[in-house]
Order: sequence, then structure tokens, then C-alpha cells
Amino acid sequence: MNEVHYDDTLDTKGLNCPMPVVKARKKISELTEGQVLRIISTDRGSIKDFQGWAKIGKNLELLGQETVEEDGTELYLHFIQKTS
Amino acid sequence: MSVSDVTTPSRKVDMNELLERLSTVEQRLETLEESQPDDMVALIVFSGELDRVLAAFVIATGAAALGQEVSMFFTFWGLGVLKKESNLAGKGLFEKMMAVMSPSNSTELPVSKMNYFGVGAKMLRQMMKDNNVSSLEEMIDMAKEMGVKMLACEMSKDVMGIHDDELMDGLEPAGVASFLGESLRSRTNLFI
Repeated sequence: MNEVHYDDTLDTKGLNCPMPVVKARKKISELTEGQVLRIISTDRGSIKDFQGWAKIGKNLELLGQETVEEDGTELYLHFIQKTS
Repeated sequence: MSVSDVTTPSRKVDMNELLERLSTVEQRLETLEESQPDDMVALIVFSGELDRVLAAFVIATGAAALGQEVSMFFTFWGLGVLKKESNLAGKGLFEKMMAVMSPSNSTELPVSKMNYFGVGAKMLRQMMKDNNVSSLEEMIDMAKEMGVKMLACEMSKDVMGIHDDELMDGLEPAGVASFLGESLRSRTNLFI
């Protein structure tokens, strides 16, 4: 599995739309240019949400998305880079 | 086209014409760019029901997260969302009746369907909690924190007899012109 390098993690487990994106926006503003944020979510809708966010949001790039299973629940991982 | 073509006298005239046309295009492009909408979203919150208002706040906080400048204009029943209490002092008879019969803050909002004297609203709130959806009050706080502009329509405040001391702090007064000023520049306009 090719792991994406990340600098910080945001845990949004249990949170539902629109909170994962809202929290991620706040968190990413604390990062510096080039850094990558890993977001962990249990919200199925977050896959499309982060794709949309990266498309519309300026200075952001979605490096990758992964679905992993932990204790029977599906976790959705999103890797977002602050490009400027 | 070779370089010699451009420098021959007959071609020079074409160059001038070309430059003129270019500057016209540049001018038109500039006008076009000015009329492009900004990264703004304008929402009119006319309804005062929990489910509808919730939709408005999900869109508002979501849009703010996407880097959009968001304005929410609260008018008529939507003003109920912004109330912190009902204060009957200084109100006329109809205004008092209106105040007694309408929600005195966001926690008292009904639902648009199956309200059954507030049971439906309580049920919806519980179901949202069970599904880890933030409450309306959390979303209002979140919206404020993210810089979502909330404006209260002056005219409907007057009509409904809602006084400033009954509304939450941090609201901006607004009229139709100030709303249109923002909505005309916005990419997305919604009436909820």
C-alpha cells in the first residue's frame, strides 16, 4: 500500500455533514504551505465532500482518499495538501 | 508568416488594425471580468421551521468551509431563529399576540411536517442527535465563528413587532437594497 505522507491528523469520527469539512477548513488554516492534513471520517458522504472541497476551495489539493476498516466500522481517510 | 511579412509596409497597416482590435478585446474582457460573480453565497431565510432552517445552516457552514463569503438574510418567520427571548414590554396588542404565538428562540421552532404541537420537532432533534448531526444551535455558533454574516430584515422586524433587545447580538440590520447588493455579486442565491 502506498502511504501518503502527512503532517497532521484531524479526527472527525462520528461527525456528520457538514462538520468534517467545516472542521477540516479550520484545521488547514493552521497548517503551513505544502503541509498535508489527514482527515479521518466515518461519514460516507465525506468522500464526495472532500472531492468537492478540493475542487472549489482555493490553495488545496486532494492527494488521495482511502477506505480502511477498524473494529467493524469503515473509516474514510482523506489527504489534503495546502498548496499555498 | 515569416518575419519579413510583418515588416513590409502593406502588412504594417494590418498590424495597427490588429492592435486596435486587441485593445477592444482587452476592454471587453475587463468589463466581463468585472461582472463575474464573486466567491459569495447569499441565502434568504424566510421560513421559521427547524428542518428548513437547518438546511440553510448546513449550506451556510458548508459554503463558508469551501472558502465562500456567506450572507444570510433573515426575514419574516426566519427572524424566529435569531430571537433569544420574547419581551412583551412596549408591544401593542397584535405584537403581543404575535410574540406569544411564535417561538421565543431557536429551540422552540416547529418542523414543517408532522409537528404535532412540538412533538415532531423534539423527535427530529433526538433523531439528529442519534445520527451525530450537530444541533441547530451548534450550527448557528459554528456559522458565526466562521464569519457567516447574519442580517435581520428591518421591515419584517417592524411588521412583526420584534425589537432589537429580543434578538441575539452580532446581527446586522438590512433592507432589500443591501441584500440585492450582495446577491447580485453572489454565485449562489437561495430562498429558504
